[in-house]
Amino acid sequence: MMSDSKKDCFAHGGVLLFLFALQFFLPAYHHGNMARIMVLASYAIGYNLIFGYTGLLSLGHAIFFAAGLYGSGLAISQFGFSVGVALVIGVTAGCVLSAVIGALALRTEGVAFMIVTLMFAQAGYLTVLYFGEYTRGDEGFVLAHADRVLWGVSLSDQTSRYFSAFSLFCVSLIMCLALVRSRFGKVLIAIRENEERTQMLGYNVVWYKFCTIILSGSISALAGATYALLFGYVGASFASVEYSIYPLLWVLLGGAGTVIGPLVGMIFMFYLIDLSSGVTTAYMLVAGLVLVFLAVFAPQGVMGEVRSRMWKWLS
Amino acid sequence: MDFGPYLMLAIMEGALTAAVLALTASGLALVFGVMRVVNVAHGEFFMLGAVLAWWVTQLAGGSPVLGFLLALCVVPVLVGMLAAFVDMTILKRINYDPERTIVATIGTLYILQQVTLMTYGPEARPVAPPFNARIALPWIDMSDGTLRLYWPWGLSITSYKLFVIGAACVVLLGLWSLMTKTKLGLLMRATEQDREMALAFGIPVQRIYAIAFGLGAGMAALAAVLIVPIQQAHYLMGGDPLLLSFIVVIIGGLGSLPGAILAALLIGLSDGIISIFFSPTLAKIFATLFVAFVLVFRPKGLWGTGKP
Amino acid sequence: MMTTTKTVAEKAASKPTRRDALRTLGLGGAAAASMPLWARYAGAQTAEPIKVGFQVHRTGIGAAYGRWYDRTTSAAAALINEQGGINGRPLEIIAEDDGTDPKRGAEVVEKFAAKHNCDIGFGTLFSHVVIGSSPRAGELKLPYFVVSEGHHVASGMLNRYTLQPGITDVKSQVQAMAPFVADNLGKKVTMVFPDFAFGHDHRDYFTAAIEAQGGEMLEHIAIPPTETSFTKYFPKIPRETEVIYHVMVGPAVLTFVKELGEFFGPQRPEMFGFLDSLEAVDIGSPGLEFLDGTYFWEGNPRYAQENQSEYDAFFRERVGVDANGASVSDPRDVSTYAHMFGCWETLHVVKAGMEASGYRGTQDRAALIEAVEAMTDLPHSIAHPQGAKVFNGKTHQVFGKQYISKVVDGKMLLVHTTSIEDTFYPDEVDYTTQSL
Repeated sequence: MMSDSKKDCFAHGGVLLFLFALQFFLPAYHHGNMARIMVLASYAIGYNLIFGYTGLLSLGHAIFFAAGLYGSGLAISQFGFSVGVALVIGVTAGCVLSAVIGALALRTEGVAFMIVTLMFAQAGYLTVLYFGEYTRGDEGFVLAHADRVLWGVSLSDQTSRYFSAFSLFCVSLIMCLALVRSRFGKVLIAIRENEERTQMLGYNVVWYKFCTIILSGSISALAGATYALLFGYVGASFASVEYSIYPLLWVLLGGAGTVIGPLVGMIFMFYLIDLSSGVTTAYMLVAGLVLVFLAVFAPQGVMGEVRSRMWKWLS
Repeated sequence: MDFGPYLMLAIMEGALTAAVLALTASGLALVFGVMRVVNVAHGEFFMLGAVLAWWVTQLAGGSPVLGFLLALCVVPVLVGMLAAFVDMTILKRINYDPERTIVATIGTLYILQQVTLMTYGPEARPVAPPFNARIALPWIDMSDGTLRLYWPWGLSITSYKLFVIGAACVVLLGLWSLMTKTKLGLLMRATEQDREMALAFGIPVQRIYAIAFGLGAGMAALAAVLIVPIQQAHYLMGGDPLLLSFIVVIIGGLGSLPGAILAALLIGLSDGIISIFFSPTLAKIFATLFVAFVLVFRPKGLWGTGKP
Repeated sequence: MMTTTKTVAEKAASKPTRRDALRTLGLGGAAAASMPLWARYAGAQTAEPIKVGFQVHRTGIGAAYGRWYDRTTSAAAALINEQGGINGRPLEIIAEDDGTDPKRGAEVVEKFAAKHNCDIGFGTLFSHVVIGSSPRAGELKLPYFVVSEGHHVASGMLNRYTLQPGITDVKSQVQAMAPFVADNLGKKVTMVFPDFAFGHDHRDYFTAAIEAQGGEMLEHIAIPPTETSFTKYFPKIPRETEVIYHVMVGPAVLTFVKELGEFFGPQRPEMFGFLDSLEAVDIGSPGLEFLDGTYFWEGNPRYAQENQSEYDAFFRERVGVDANGASVSDPRDVSTYAHMFGCWETLHVVKAGMEASGYRGTQDRAALIEAVEAMTDLPHSIAHPQGAKVFNGKTHQVFGKQYISKVVDGKMLLVHTTSIEDTFYPDEVDYTTQSL
């Protein structure tokens, strides 16, 4: 009988293996989709750290994704840096920004925290528009193929794109898994369940939250930087409030507080929209109904329900 | 335009923004205060108010005055009833759990938006105001030592805009008297202060919630009916009012209806005045950061009393 | 198996098209249907349809345009199929909604190429969606015909697979307006525009153009995109302004015009606007009386003029638009007449390109691109009802006449037509040097 911990590791390892193997079987259309899905799911994993595990509802994560997107995008378009350097710049931008915003926003909690993060994200979006001379504002700009070459491999190529997205996803997933299984992660869950008690037990709650915001923001920025490098388009729509709401939706759908939930939620939403838009133009109506249904009947999200009913060992 | 008249114009426009914002936000403050839930679909009730106002005025045909009066009476009630329905079918089921309510109201947002798109369409359509006369306004000139009035080029307001400001004040006064002087208001305030105690006292909390939710949505719809002859009815118009009313409610402080109204005044006026000095996008950046910093240093809002 | 959303006209047209395709075998009319099966296909290329992936804004901020783009595309496809299709094959429109979102746009392009096996992608309007989707089209080597009016194609930002042969771009439009404005309306100009890329383009191009005409740009007033009340910006208009150039877009445009009217009262300067502001809006709407006597750029005159060409009359009839530019079934449903012709003309360019290159299938996509690049003069005809055009194969952008109208008694009267040469500007890119 396998121990719970081993089951957990195997399950997640299995998912990664499955994703890796998938590229050899998928038809072309879904192959391209999966790369996009994995990058955005990594963004959602970053969001899940702060929302699902620590219990802080941020409505402004788009600013971190955009920091990575614009950090790496501008590094290439304005300064001509290489892909590797651009990636580092993107992540650093997100890291620094999350530290600053975290330091300020953590003075609030609950609904006020929501609004503060939302405001910072809005300010970020407007700043992107304000510096339209460099960012081309809402229209955005394109990163040429020639600039998106890493170690001689073109990142626009189907296979290398899938592999890059997969690597990003691996890194995010493993980091998240390691974190939540560690002592640090257990404290986060304790904070989510009962912050006062955790504080009284002697843990420096603010410090834990602060570290998590930085980690969450950095992973989101990494996803954003990767998105720019793989798909070659940088635009202000990614910094808008919608892209702060999407990770919330994906995480809630898939199961907040589960490691694999964000991926499940992302896939679910993507194909829900994709399939219903082929049948009706009212696909957002379908999405709305699904959300209401979810809130009423399955509030823990897909993987959350799976965990509470079947696989209690799932992280 | 010279600075004096410009400032006056900005203040009047700001007052108009503040009036409509105060109405919308008070609806949200009510819902937030009494029920402690985040209604992400609040902006869509606003939008529905505008769209239904168009529909009613179209049905009424001929006279804009008749159509407008009809809309003013009928539309907020319709939207309020719809909201109460949403509350009783969805929100009650999920027991007003904060997270689940957010998901459910986001879903409701999508549903309302999409249904409007499918029935009303994607265009922005105007509604004729019941009356709209341009009123040129005077300003004082003291350049040659004596006080005299002159009419600066462009300094004007319309009679309808003045009406909206006035109407908003009247409605808010009505809301205030409802909350402070009637039994219903007393019950709502009791529920807001302490739900458990209210239950213990035999107050029908579930019904109060439905009424509060309906009333909140009705306020937003009313604000929209008032503004739609100035703006147009468009299926995506709910986004900004949602954002702004949230900001107003949080800045004003939870549990404080007067706080929300004051915050609406502050935000509405500053929006007009700041744009005099700075380029619009820069002005909006400052305004947004200002809101964030107010909350960072005063998390309970400026006049907050109750628990968050 | 997923169903694709076919437009209504296509469903109606799909039955007769096979018979029509057979008629074009050149074997004469009557005998075709009675011929034995082997003879029907002899000498013909495959009767399998040519699939056009139509990227349409069905939802989101572009939805009002999307509807009319949809109708015009259906009408154009129906006409082409009635005339025998392309190389004897019927045209099939496969429409997908991109929600006016760049991320979804790129996914839709992917869907066209990888799932629906479309021959080309077509129809995108909003610039940010074009820029977000075009890279993917280039990577997938899907010929991508946009109907966007944006200068992004000709600026060199995109790729050799993206073309705009059916509608002129904003740079050429704006530039061509300056002589008329300077000569007839005034030389001191104040511009009011939305504070994002579209507005900035107008700001930059028109400022340069009016100064080249000896005019003076007094003030730039940039308005945030989601603004709903405008009066507080108007005091910035300098008193000595002779012409106000306005190009506000979005649902708040009617408010803008109304409040501008209320601000100025009885004395206003001359006004020149772009009809982008009022596409799908009835000029006779309440609150727009203020526009009487003002001037507008029109991509294609919405109201049928005295000198209306037979091609314009035919176009209106086929799309279902009356002499006022509104739907024949609902006079309150005003069309986006200044833009939608782009869909019609683009599809006809695609047809001409496919016929010139002997297009048989996706293996001939590169040949199609080259055939379109080789096009130059596109005469005024049924295929090009808006007017004669000149296509620049190097920049992938078409150039055409621009129209200026004056609002008179709630309708628009054409007062000036520019020459095509007025709209030229130096090439900024040569896509033909890039590999296919």
